[in-house]
Amino acid sequence: MKLDPNCRYDQEHEWVRVEGDEALIGITDYAQDQLSDVVYVELPEVGDTFDQGDVFAVVESVKTASDVYMPVGGDILEINEALEDSPELVNEDPFGQAWFVRIAIADPSELDDLMDAEAYRAYVEGLDE
Amino acid sequence: MKADFGIRCSGAEPVIYELSKPGRMATTLPQLDVPQAALPDAALLRDDVDLPEVSELDLMRHYVRMSQLNWAVDIGFYPLGSCTMKYNPKVNEAAARLPGFARTHPYQDVHAVQGNLRLMHELQEMLKEVAGFAGVSLQPSAGAHGELTGVLIMRAYHVARGDMQRTRIIVPDSAHGTNPATTNMAGLEVVEVPSDARGNVDLAALESVCGETVCGLMLTNPNTLGLFEEQLPAVMELIHGCGGLVYGDGANFNALMGIAKPGELGFDVMHFNLHKTFSTPHGGGGPGAGPVGVAELLVPFLPGPVVALCRCEEAGCDCQEEEGVHYHLVMPEQSIGRVRSFYGNFGVLVRAYTYMRALGAEGLREVSEMAVLNANYLKTRLAGVLPVSHQRTHMHEFVVKGIYPSAPDVHALDISKRLIDYGFHPPTNYFPLIVPEALMIEPTETESKETLDAFAAALRAIGEEARDDPELLHEAPHTAPVRRLDEVRAAREPILRWQGG
Repeated sequence: MKLDPNCRYDQEHEWVRVEGDEALIGITDYAQDQLSDVVYVELPEVGDTFDQGDVFAVVESVKTASDVYMPVGGDILEINEALEDSPELVNEDPFGQAWFVRIAIADPSELDDLMDAEAYRAYVEGLDE
Repeated sequence: MKADFGIRCSGAEPVIYELSKPGRMATTLPQLDVPQAALPDAALLRDDVDLPEVSELDLMRHYVRMSQLNWAVDIGFYPLGSCTMKYNPKVNEAAARLPGFARTHPYQDVHAVQGNLRLMHELQEMLKEVAGFAGVSLQPSAGAHGELTGVLIMRAYHVARGDMQRTRIIVPDSAHGTNPATTNMAGLEVVEVPSDARGNVDLAALESVCGETVCGLMLTNPNTLGLFEEQLPAVMELIHGCGGLVYGDGANFNALMGIAKPGELGFDVMHFNLHKTFSTPHGGGGPGAGPVGVAELLVPFLPGPVVALCRCEEAGCDCQEEEGVHYHLVMPEQSIGRVRSFYGNFGVLVRAYTYMRALGAEGLREVSEMAVLNANYLKTRLAGVLPVSHQRTHMHEFVVKGIYPSAPDVHALDISKRLIDYGFHPPTNYFPLIVPEALMIEPTETESKETLDAFAAALRAIGEEARDDPELLHEAPHTAPVRRLDEVRAAREPILRWQGG
């Protein structure tokens, strides 16, 4: 399982990478592995606002359709349009090319609710038992 | 052990367009005996459709061959969990084809179709009785349609009381996907609650979302894990206590007939899947039926028309019959309106009625007893082959994790595809979502012990193949007309219509 040490993680398998007041959000390598081949990603619109824990996207694989939750609240500044035509990027490069959205973080203290990479690894290993 | 597919293995059938030869026809038109006239507007005619030109024999062989490529419960075992693929007795078809049923027209006067209305009325009454409800509408024409109808009824009930803020529907994480889809379609908001370790709705989580904005809970019992909700009275108390209603997803009613009545368990509304429980044909784009039953407080909101009867001696009874009763169509007082044209899928109602009358009350109870026994027998036969999701007594179906301990690289999908080579339809896979690599197995009551034993033996043999030769499974099916389909490409780049060579 791949992890990015520069990200923080929530229990629903989203990652967030903070860049100043902004952040990129995506789903983890573990999440894409569980989903298997991703065939469709439904993204929000730029300008939408979501609270922490809100559903902001849907990812559909050959197995299932799954909601994607906001690890921290904020406004959507940018969406990754490449995922519309190339949903397979979620499987190939979950921490890189397959970021879902860029947001303006509403409340940086919400980041404290999230796990670092090692804590997330331990969390996932607990799930598999 | 391995099935002999015979002609069905002879290869893929071309689409009918590929059989077309210019000028070939399936009919001979008679001589023109009226004056020839130009078409009003030639611009309305399309020449891009390129309709196939085939003889009657080409046509017949094409569709007969296609029918031979199909899998059906009339060919073999079809343990598709949650779908209740029981055998549909052919007497149902005979009844539905009786001219008095098959050749009636929905615009006929009610006095001319008293027999049809009597059948509908008796079916309403039988469904009320078997499920413990106060009213039934036969209007909805599929299970999901019945669900939508049920949720609209719940909403109408709250709105009629001026309780406008009830816009949230609670759905357990084991629910059929139609439950949240129905909620969205009704314009309401889905609130998901998790299951506990025993597969029941998590009561603490349910309590935490209960409140004055709850329209209702959608609950399947037994649930999609094939488990009876053990804390049902507490669930009912919570939802009713916060002013909500409880919707029953009747998809799994095959486990309960003659044993428990949802209406008496506290459900306020439930749809019946006549094509599951009451042996009418399944889908395939054809007609279905999803009647809705309701408790007393929701009767005024049922979609109409429903069939009522009056006695000739009563004042206002428009009686022309000698029998002394008259069947007529009424719209319930505060009805949510029509949800379908005319009177539902009448031909399907005839089949369900026939099934219920052929079995009788005792027979229906036996159906459920055998469905539950068959599921638990098969589960027991699979002990040590594939791990079952929950160690409990199951109802009419059960879910296993589709992973052989000795072959971790073989997945539920590979097992499913390999079962095709053994002459079995695969179980439902990857559902319910809360069980990893789920295989959901529902044998139904109509299968013999021999069939169940053969299926268990196939899964055991596939387990040995998985350990010794996993590639065999990754490449399955080997004997079907088409091999492993590329589901990923089909989803990412769907080709939705034939566009020539």
